[in-house]
Amino acid sequence: MKYIDEYRDKEICKKFSDKIHKISPNRDITFMEVCGTHTMSIARSGIKKLLPKNIRLLSGPGCPVCVTPNSGIDKAIAYAKMENTIITTFGDMMRVPGSSSSLAREKSLGGDVKIVYSASDALSIAQENPAENVIFLGVGFETTSPTIAASIKDAALKKIDNYSVLPMFKLIPPAIRAILNSGELTINGFLLPGHVSSITGTGIYRFISNEYGVSGSVTGFEPLDILQSILILLRQINDGKSEIANQYKRAVKQEGNQSALSLLKEVFETEDTEWRGIGFIKESGLKIRERYGSFDAERKIPVEAELTKENPECICGDILRGVKIPSDCKLFDKVCNPENPIGPCMVSSEGTCAAYYKYER
Amino acid sequence: MQHTINMKDNEIITLSHGSGGKLTNNLIKKLFLKKFNNPKLQPLEDAAILNISGSYLAFTTDTFTVDPLFFPGGDIGKLAICGTINDLAVMGAKPLYLSCGMVIEEGLKLDTLKKIVDSMRKMAEATGIEIVTGDTKVVEKGKGDKIFINTSGIGIFGEGIKPLENNFQPGDKIIINGTIGDHGIAVLSARQEFGFETDIVSDSAPLNGLVSEILPIAPGIRFMRDPTRGGLATTLNEIVEGKDFGILIDEEKIPIRESVKGICEILGFDPLYVANEGKVVLIVDQKDANRVLEKMRTHPLGKESRIIGKVVSEPIERVCLKTRAGGTRIVDMMVGEQLPRIC
Repeated sequence: MKYIDEYRDKEICKKFSDKIHKISPNRDITFMEVCGTHTMSIARSGIKKLLPKNIRLLSGPGCPVCVTPNSGIDKAIAYAKMENTIITTFGDMMRVPGSSSSLAREKSLGGDVKIVYSASDALSIAQENPAENVIFLGVGFETTSPTIAASIKDAALKKIDNYSVLPMFKLIPPAIRAILNSGELTINGFLLPGHVSSITGTGIYRFISNEYGVSGSVTGFEPLDILQSILILLRQINDGKSEIANQYKRAVKQEGNQSALSLLKEVFETEDTEWRGIGFIKESGLKIRERYGSFDAERKIPVEAELTKENPECICGDILRGVKIPSDCKLFDKVCNPENPIGPCMVSSEGTCAAYYKYER
Repeated sequence: MQHTINMKDNEIITLSHGSGGKLTNNLIKKLFLKKFNNPKLQPLEDAAILNISGSYLAFTTDTFTVDPLFFPGGDIGKLAICGTINDLAVMGAKPLYLSCGMVIEEGLKLDTLKKIVDSMRKMAEATGIEIVTGDTKVVEKGKGDKIFINTSGIGIFGEGIKPLENNFQPGDKIIINGTIGDHGIAVLSARQEFGFETDIVSDSAPLNGLVSEILPIAPGIRFMRDPTRGGLATTLNEIVEGKDFGILIDEEKIPIRESVKGICEILGFDPLYVANEGKVVLIVDQKDANRVLEKMRTHPLGKESRIIGKVVSEPIERVCLKTRAGGTRIVDMMVGEQLPRIC
């Protein structure tokens, strides 16, 4: 396929891999791929096998479903149990275990849960079902939230008042800062999320190099993109530099997508929010502004979720911070597998445990 | 009540139990096989091989549900005939007779039913089988999805053809008769909600013709299966399960249409797990592989046949993929359905 096959070309991948081996310093190097789509791509294309042993790739907190705390999942499940309610969601959320159920389970028991491909599809469902409350589960980072902001704005314009969004949005830079501040890890460089950056631009990462002296490279999602970014980061390390590079120039502009950003600003404002495994991070979430408050599911339709329970042996949280890897978990591949997921990392399409289980066991 | 099944008590059936992947496999093994257990069911092949008065017979059944009922390249009627024929053909049998059970939801237009039945008749004529018995049930509106069709079939083994022995050896070649994922993506694209405009046509086709041409020429054909629900990946995993060998396939060699690849990229699907309805995977002694391949390519359903991998001595019980980028990874059985992702 044009514009994709080129980035999976075996010969070019081999050249990059050879260069990486050649310039790799003779000590342990740890890079964190922040984004879950990177984790999946690395596992799916077998990239770790093309790298020298001393280069370690760690997954970060960039799987939106995984970082959603159980309380959020439970809330969505509580809505799914309500009469006259249609839950609309991206497919990733369906099988994520809450404290005692999942959306897939509620659907099997008769709950009206529909998978949609975009928030605008959810809005169409609301238009077609005026007697039902249609709630869209607002999970995602800067990549996804502008499209959901657009759906809210559109609903206001068209006066579709049976549509609302359960906001569980997260922002990437505060999470990276939290990881750098924790001091739990020595990270020599970040593979920064390409999709998020296509919206935000590259400026949001400057603090990584300026304040923490760590390198970063905004990275595309094909094998060659990832190998090239690793090469870029290694060169910076060898030259004693720390900068934010943009490997994914074909999609990411320095200034980002201005219309998406202004839409975000119009509909949402930042708030402190809870991340699974990390806890509350200041101004790391998005809430719906007062002006659009009638489209906030929680403000519109109060719901009581069950008391949150978590399996104390599940280490999803540690994995999201990069402190542990799936094989460190007592439950991994024993109790916890994709058929019987204990934590979200095993079941999300971008989850680290899912990637290890599926491709790297 | 005593629970002898190793499944959680509060477990309920979800759509994933019907996806053809790991959960379906679990349900079959931990409930159906456990309760119905007998040596003829035990191999869990596409059809049971029965020895009746000294001659072999293949017997199978399949139930069909698809949304929409009509899609580019086929319809539920065509699927119901081809699916059962294929389950018999891949066992090496010549399909002869089919049954047809219909569960119809009230409200279905008679005209629609006529079209489906016409399609079934056309396929039966083209493949030389007869539909010799049937049953009709009508359920209340809302208690069924327009129509469900069940077909069972029996087939016999031609002169000199015996049931395949499945005596796999490292080095055996894996062959497939063409592009993967066409059926699943054609059906998906036909659903209005996507608004895709594609040229993808389901590969739904009867494989008995192709199989009957290659069977006599190669004693080295060890195994055949049609990779339907759960796709190529699931079929290959079923082959290695509990065996002392593994399978290595080569991403570059697996034929996939550009348009199928494109839609899979958009939706985040892996074509290895997308359904086929006119494909056969063969495992063939390496000495016979090229001969089989050449013969397959002379048949209209085998023009794009390719060797896509081989049986390897280790890792055992694993399917591995040599990636386009030059790495390797495992290919696991699918868990649940493939669902579109967030970004």
